[in-house]
Amino acid sequence: MAAKPKLGVWKFASCDGCQLSILDCEDELLAVAGALDIVDFREATSAIAPGPYDISLVEGSVTTPEDQQRIKEIRAQSKLVIAIGACATAGGIQGLKNFADVEDYKKAVYQHPEVVKTLTTSTSIKENVTVDLELKGCPISKYQLLEAVSSLLYKRAPNLPTETVCVECKRKGNVCVMVGYGTPCMGPVTQTGCGALCPSYNRGCYGCFGPQDTPNTASISKDFAAKGMTPAAIKRVFRTFNANALEFKAAADAAEPGRAPK
Amino acid sequence: MTDRTIAIDYITRVEGEGALHVTIKDKTVKDVELRIFEAPRFFEAFLRGRMYTEAPDITARICGICPVAYQMSSCNAMENALGIKVDGQLRALRRLLYCGEWIESHPLHIYLLQAPDFFALPDAIQLAKVNPEAVTKALQLKKIGNDIMTLLGGREIHPINVRVGGFYRTPTKEELMTLRPRLDTALALAEETVRLTATLKYPKVEHDYEFVALRHPDEYAMLDGEIVSNKGVKIPVTKYEDTFEEYHAPYANALQSVKKAGRTSYFVGPLARYAINRDKLTPRAAKIAKEVGLEPVVLNPYRGMIVRAVETVMAVEDAIRIIEQYKQPEKSFVEPPSKFAGGVGCGISEAPRGILYHRYRIGADGLIQEAKITPPTAQNQKRMEEDLRDLISKSLDMTDAQLTTACENSIRNYDPCISCATHFLKLNITRE
Repeated sequence: MAAKPKLGVWKFASCDGCQLSILDCEDELLAVAGALDIVDFREATSAIAPGPYDISLVEGSVTTPEDQQRIKEIRAQSKLVIAIGACATAGGIQGLKNFADVEDYKKAVYQHPEVVKTLTTSTSIKENVTVDLELKGCPISKYQLLEAVSSLLYKRAPNLPTETVCVECKRKGNVCVMVGYGTPCMGPVTQTGCGALCPSYNRGCYGCFGPQDTPNTASISKDFAAKGMTPAAIKRVFRTFNANALEFKAAADAAEPGRAPK
Repeated sequence: MTDRTIAIDYITRVEGEGALHVTIKDKTVKDVELRIFEAPRFFEAFLRGRMYTEAPDITARICGICPVAYQMSSCNAMENALGIKVDGQLRALRRLLYCGEWIESHPLHIYLLQAPDFFALPDAIQLAKVNPEAVTKALQLKKIGNDIMTLLGGREIHPINVRVGGFYRTPTKEELMTLRPRLDTALALAEETVRLTATLKYPKVEHDYEFVALRHPDEYAMLDGEIVSNKGVKIPVTKYEDTFEEYHAPYANALQSVKKAGRTSYFVGPLARYAINRDKLTPRAAKIAKEVGLEPVVLNPYRGMIVRAVETVMAVEDAIRIIEQYKQPEKSFVEPPSKFAGGVGCGISEAPRGILYHRYRIGADGLIQEAKITPPTAQNQKRMEEDLRDLISKSLDMTDAQLTTACENSIRNYDPCISCATHFLKLNITRE
């Protein structure tokens, strides 16, 4: 039997939630651990073996000079790099600093801002190195993670739908929260993967899986305005967990065109 | 020279990234620095200018392990500012969601992060090879916690159903009752965990801790309550910042807390809660604590594992009670007042790792002007360093490798969440 593929799990700036999704696969965890050789997963194990790695799962965004270097080393050691979650695929919520003055941010949080080493930006993994596969979401769907890992083990293409939340929501038979209750919903422009959760709980989607492939953000922004949202509020809904995903970034800038995008 | 440095560059099996740097000079421990090198993420800065209604979803992203804690403390703070109170079945549902997080988080720490230390194994996967039954049961228990969060919150990590004032949608009685049979299984598994952890051999050490936890007249405090310590603190949440303060240790990207008076350390989390609220344990939890001979106040930090297990029993029992007494409320949330002039609100709740404090200043337009968040790990950091200093000074004969392992084990007692404190450990022992 061929040797088991070696897996590394890496953390950059993040909340640990996406790698926790691995431990949250309670029914599948021991099977996954049996099919793969986990050589570096520091949240879960003290046994650390050197690379190279067949698969690297990368959580988090790049926000420090050390991490810019570290992601390059991980890439060089890895056959496949899978970026997992909104931080790794779009810079995450901490990407809000890309629109602000970081010195000002440091002073707001730390008494010794001078010792805090941070870049002025939070960037996705693909902005730093070549990425082979991305799993979107804040957090990712553990089922998509299992699908991605098993597809690699069986050498087939992963089945990761790229339709909108809207399509999945219709299929679930939910009453549309926009049409039915006038609740602003990001479902029409957001990639599916969550199971159309928010509308199933009577709230509008807040876009945590980031933009779908071809989102019509101009149209939805118009609809949001018609529902009484101010330009500032429209800007905020695009500037959350995927604020630096291109389509959402452009939509936020377009919401308040008079103000230079900072 | 007899001086030496010991460095743990990356502490494993904790949540987030940190290091420990220890300098030993002439057989005395000079410096113990828990260095948190987790990249700073600046939540308190970018919350400024966001709508107050966004705080529960945004602050949940500080920590994927305890998002419910962030949602509850931020809701408490916002509701305090708005002058609204969430009570009755809505409050019971919040406690149920929080029980879900405890039932998920405690077994994660006991079995997956800490138990391997007691068998000198690197992780739970190896432990599963030695004792497959225990690990399988642990995962089953943890999953039932996640089931509660998934049903009530939509998903286990960053639930989507929590809002200021309550929930977006409340479950029907029938939906909740689907959890009932699984909770019976969970109760048996949690009790088994107490018995199992009570048989482990713990290092003999005790410290004179100041324990700080919430206390509530009617229940084992979780959602709210007075802030109480075993050394005389008894204050409402609004006085938190008068009593405790945070400072920035220049070697870490996180802030540490001390008691203002005397700048002394304190300890939050399961040991503190148990010391302060033991009389409020649910019947089966109290009974099993007695059965295994758990002392009324646990001063041995390693025995925190048993306390976590007892708290898991409590959380399961309470979840059962809430589900059985549940009647779906007419409205899923309490409306905010129609007029709001702005103001300051603070809120606190018991995250699995200890008290989590939030304060916000909100303008009349509903936008957040200032945010302050003090996570449990920041509050425990000074006390962790003191435990380590004591451990190292008594263990100078150990080799660097032995000492490193001992330090890591001690750190895991605190179940530190470095993502929360921005915040991981890397051990660096310098023997100069």
